[in-house]
Amino acid sequence: MEVLKLKDYKWNAVTAECKAQESQKTAGCSGEAKTVPRKRHEIMKWNGWGYSDSRFLFNKKGQAEFTGKRYRLSGMIMPGLKDWFEVTFGASLQHKTPATPVLTSSSVPPPTLNEAFVEELKSTSIPFSLDAEDRVFRAHGHCLHEIFALREGKFGRVPDMVVWPNCHNDVVNIVELACKHNVCLMPYGGGTSVSSALECPPEETRCIVSLDTSQMNRILWIDEKNLTAHVESGIVGQDLERLLNESGYCTGHEPDSMEFSSLGGWVATRASGMKKNIYGNIEDLVVHIKMVTPQGVIEKSCQGPRMSTGPDIHHFIMGSEGTLGVVTEVTMKIRPMPEYQKYGSVVFPNFEQGVACLREVAKQRCAPASIRLMDNEQFKFGLMYSQMKNENVASLLSFLMKNKCTSLITSFKGFDPNNLCVATLLFEGDREKVLQHEKQVYDIAAKFGGLAAGEDNGQRGYMLTFVIAYLRDLGMDYYVIGESFETSVPWDRVLDICRNVKARIVAECKDKGVQFSPFSTCRVTQTYDAGACVYFYFAFNYRGLSDPVNVYEQVEHAARDEILANGGSLSHHHGVGKLRKEWMRDTVSNVGMGMLKSVKDYVDPKNIFGNGNLL
Amino acid sequence: MLKKRDDFEDILEERRNSSDLRYALRCYTPVLYKGMTPCKADTLKSMVLQSNQLRYVISQVSKETGRATDDVREDASAILEEMAHSLQLSTVRFFAFTLSKVFKTLFRSICVNEEGIQRLQQAIQEHPVVLLPSHRSYMDFLLMSYILYTYDLALPVIAAGMDFMGMKFVGEMLRMSGAFFIRRSFGGDKLYWSVFSEYVKTMLKNGLAPVEFFLEGTRSRTAKSLTPKLGLLNIVMDPFFKGEVYDVSVVPVSISYERILEEALYAREMLGVPKPKESTSGLFKARKVLSEDYGSIHVYFGQPVSVRSLAQGRVNRCKFNLVPRHIPGKPSEEIQNFVNDTAYRLVRAQEENMVLKPWVLLASLLLQHHHQNQTAGQERGIALDELTAQAVWLRDVSREYGAFLNWPGVMTPSEVVSSSLSLHRGLVRICEGRVQLAVEQTATGEPHSAVTPEEELLSRAVVVLSCASYRNQALHVFIRPALLASAIHAASSNQKQEVFNSFSFLRNMFSNEFILCPGATVQDFEEACYLLVKTRALQVTQQEVLVTERGQRTLAFLTSMLDPFLQGYQVICRFLCEEAADTLTEKRFIPAVRKFIVKHLLAGRLRYTEVLSSDLQKNALAALLRLGAVRKIKGAEPGTLKVNAVMVNSLEDTLGKNRAVSWTRNTQQE
Ligand SMILES: Cc1cc2nc3c(=O)[nH]c(=O)nc-3n(C[C@H](O)[C@H](O)[C@H](O)COP(=O)(O)OP(=O)(O)OC[C@H]3O[C@@H](n4cnc5c(N)ncnc54)[C@H](O)[C@@H]3O)c2cc1C
Repeated sequence: MEVLKLKDYKWNAVTAECKAQESQKTAGCSGEAKTVPRKRHEIMKWNGWGYSDSRFLFNKKGQAEFTGKRYRLSGMIMPGLKDWFEVTFGASLQHKTPATPVLTSSSVPPPTLNEAFVEELKSTSIPFSLDAEDRVFRAHGHCLHEIFALREGKFGRVPDMVVWPNCHNDVVNIVELACKHNVCLMPYGGGTSVSSALECPPEETRCIVSLDTSQMNRILWIDEKNLTAHVESGIVGQDLERLLNESGYCTGHEPDSMEFSSLGGWVATRASGMKKNIYGNIEDLVVHIKMVTPQGVIEKSCQGPRMSTGPDIHHFIMGSEGTLGVVTEVTMKIRPMPEYQKYGSVVFPNFEQGVACLREVAKQRCAPASIRLMDNEQFKFGLMYSQMKNENVASLLSFLMKNKCTSLITSFKGFDPNNLCVATLLFEGDREKVLQHEKQVYDIAAKFGGLAAGEDNGQRGYMLTFVIAYLRDLGMDYYVIGESFETSVPWDRVLDICRNVKARIVAECKDKGVQFSPFSTCRVTQTYDAGACVYFYFAFNYRGLSDPVNVYEQVEHAARDEILANGGSLSHHHGVGKLRKEWMRDTVSNVGMGMLKSVKDYVDPKNIFGNGNLL
Repeated sequence: MLKKRDDFEDILEERRNSSDLRYALRCYTPVLYKGMTPCKADTLKSMVLQSNQLRYVISQVSKETGRATDDVREDASAILEEMAHSLQLSTVRFFAFTLSKVFKTLFRSICVNEEGIQRLQQAIQEHPVVLLPSHRSYMDFLLMSYILYTYDLALPVIAAGMDFMGMKFVGEMLRMSGAFFIRRSFGGDKLYWSVFSEYVKTMLKNGLAPVEFFLEGTRSRTAKSLTPKLGLLNIVMDPFFKGEVYDVSVVPVSISYERILEEALYAREMLGVPKPKESTSGLFKARKVLSEDYGSIHVYFGQPVSVRSLAQGRVNRCKFNLVPRHIPGKPSEEIQNFVNDTAYRLVRAQEENMVLKPWVLLASLLLQHHHQNQTAGQERGIALDELTAQAVWLRDVSREYGAFLNWPGVMTPSEVVSSSLSLHRGLVRICEGRVQLAVEQTATGEPHSAVTPEEELLSRAVVVLSCASYRNQALHVFIRPALLASAIHAASSNQKQEVFNSFSFLRNMFSNEFILCPGATVQDFEEACYLLVKTRALQVTQQEVLVTERGQRTLAFLTSMLDPFLQGYQVICRFLCEEAADTLTEKRFIPAVRKFIVKHLLAGRLRYTEVLSSDLQKNALAALLRLGAVRKIKGAEPGTLKVNAVMVNSLEDTLGKNRAVSWTRNTQQE
């Protein structure tokens, strides 16, 4: 049993530009070389996901490969992908829909500038830019419609300028100037939003300034006594972990977007990480927050671990989605790095049994760092990446049979390849405990007909998580569009919501004239005492449709209605943004809306933070 | 208005040409919902007993009554035993065999729309299915299962009334062919309700079998559709509301009998000859039935209706988010209204696909003539060719109204008429080329012992009521235009608004009598106008409603059709004003009103023997209760009726204005 370091395939995703960070204990505003450069488009795609050098493509032989050197999958050929792709979507390599290759600056609307603001800003020597590339890059997150428009070379309202504060005080200055000159500010962290949160409100007539936090990326101090670290909000997940690891610590906060998403973004959207079972979600990890608002700086006076001082003001900040101010610095809990990590996987005869097992694990409060349950469709997709020869279900079964004692083999008779599903597991901690824990979980799984299916299958599952966004870009080259969306739901509703939402997607696609049956699948990604987090993946081949994005959006809208009708929440962690705003009132009640609104009115009466999210 | 309907296939034809035994033993492999494998009756029972809902109610009942949970669970288990079906393929095969024999002797054909069967087959695979047949005969559910077996479709489980259980052997046979039994009333019995609803939901949710029940709750003795009952419909929709299934397909099925087996039985029952308890021997008395010709049956499987699409925008399913779903709760008003509207829609869907035989039109015409002649003292009956001519006229009118008429195209009209009359020779007589109702002779084989005038009246009434039950089959086609025709007649001017008010009054008055969807007054009015304008009987302008020259005949026919009901409601109002003492109870109402009516009929003051129908009397009372003209109070006895004389009087007057007197030429003093 090998100890697998996430590092092997993730942390080496450090750009060439990245220079050694300055000493971690230094405070101050000196700008050093950054992991995320100001000119993001120099290393990242302007119209797709991730690094420019990493992408899926079908090579001359028609085989899929993943380019670049950053990931474990990089440079690998995936012979099964083409078939899977063609069969699942009815797509064909003959029918291409390539993206507009370069950004033509001339088609970007010229900036509306507030001269007085620009003048005063210049005097602060905070860097800013009016370049079309910079502005376009900050005009979007990663919703399907946003990326689709970029690929078509279409731009809506984009920010008029971009500023790069280097520290908290820079932000204070910028916010003061914005208030003075009535300029609209939009905080920008990692740009991974999937809720239209970064879209500029088209009706905004003021100058829109995108405030990019990426240069505020230092760990200001580490407190080993209290196990906390004080960090600037612009740091992206991979840097935060890498730097802490160097001192033997980690936060353990690992959202799937952690390569690019930022601490401030997490706070602003109430993010959730894969290993929340051990480390907690962002709200559990945060000890202290500093935010700059038009009314001044908001922060607590001490770092006590829990307080009874009225409603927790952190909870006005967390999830505020950039509507109240800029989060500049955060004190976070840190943990010693785990001594041992182990992946695992369990195959269940069907999804129902899988869910029952996860429920039992949650009940016994023995969830591993991560436990995720994929439905049959995703199980099949995962198999496609399998390293085994003759990649198919039968071979997996025979693999399992060869490796298991005979009593288990008989139980395989009930396994139908079209019902099988798989749970992937990640255990973390000291070795003894991990092994003990592992046994406990596998024992529970066995009660639900689950059979251990090896570490590789588990690890592969987690690895795929980081490339799935790249895969969407490949689909978009061949008439396939799609996205994922999430919810949280009480345990007794999990099966019902999964079935109904998937069925609704299929029915809506049919109804909207989609010619090919859609890929409509789900997974349970988090467990809680009282419920679970469920992800839906939805993609389809849009050949024959005149307005595919509109169809996509209608279907997603219907799917969200279905989620709500089945007792699911509006969002578990992606947030509301502008995409899900219309459901907010029903979600939090009229009074709840009024409360939020009155906070906004007090903190930001001139709507300087005018990104229009949430309310 | 002409609707596209499927063609029929006679399933008896094959039975007449090949072995019944082989048919009964053939391989039966129906497709099930999402490839489910059927589960054993015992497994089902334990699923029900272990359900969260039932466990919750058991513990609640035990807390309330102080009894041990085990005892309550025993009760629940006993209820389930009494209720549960024990479907067995062998019994089904037995029925497949015997029913083949029986059907072939009784019926000329059993016609089924095969496209409907295909749609059903599709529906069964996609979603849990609820079958909702119309209910006119005991035969209905055996017939349904027989048809589904014939087409290799999943056999349904059927909600049947407990009265069948009185017939020991038959009850068990029916149970083994898929019937489950529910008590007629269990109002406050929480445990019973819970076992019952959970039983039905478990079958439905898991797609174990299509669930079948009768929306009308009981057999309609009048051939008119009955006001739908909502209990079971509520139960089968609940899993959808709560997200336990993606959708539920509801399939209305229209079963039309050319001749109803229970024809004379029903008439007697409504006249107060007490209903024989549904006992085995009673059913076997129907043996003589076997020697007769009952013509053909048409079974039309309607378009499956998706509960999900009906509920779209009407039911907010989020309401169920805040309470655990297994805790039973009273349905919200929103849901009640939705279920009620849906029930009406479904009954109308049944009505629309009811096949009407020419005889239905003949019965309507003959009844009208019967009453006109009777008062005018004219020559008895109607000349055969006159009847034929009128029937052809009515055929064309009813087609224009969208009736699903099965008028054989290959025969001449007079052939059609005479073959219809001969099938129903118990009800009509032809002598010297004139056709009349067989009222002089005592009805169908009754011994010649009717001596008192009252008995004679009743035996005549049997024939009239039987005939009326055929006319009633066509009522749904004519009811809206007929209400309009009467409204026009009653309105003091041609002002559209006034006609509408009058229409609205009548529609409201009769909404317990006919299937009139709640809240659809304007739609119904527009539909009626549309039909009468289309057939050029009316001209409707912004302001006015005018009867055309050629419309006179149509309107006369339509008002005459409604007239017996108007008179019936009128006389009941009269009764309540004149005779209702403080001691009148709901229970005593029918005998008392019957006595009153008999008296007036014998005195020649009432035209329609039909008003003796207890069905009409009950409906009238229900309407008066609904309108508040009569109230139920806690008097000396439960169900004491308190009459608001002023209101009843004024209703009677208003009804009087609508009466058809002027259309029928022969005015009559009452
Ligand atoms: C492939 C992929 C995987 C993902 N996986 C996860 C996951 O596992 N868990 C999860 O929780 N989310 C996930 N997300 C969603 C997204 O990554 C999170 O919402 C993340 O928290 C956004 O951070 P960001 O730094 O990219 O913020 P941005 O996208 O830049 O901004 C998001 C919102 O926060 C505001 N904001 C950003 N920084 C600040 C600041 N410093 N102060 C005030 N407001 C600010 C912005 O104005 C905007 O409204 C995923 C997204 C993608 C595309």
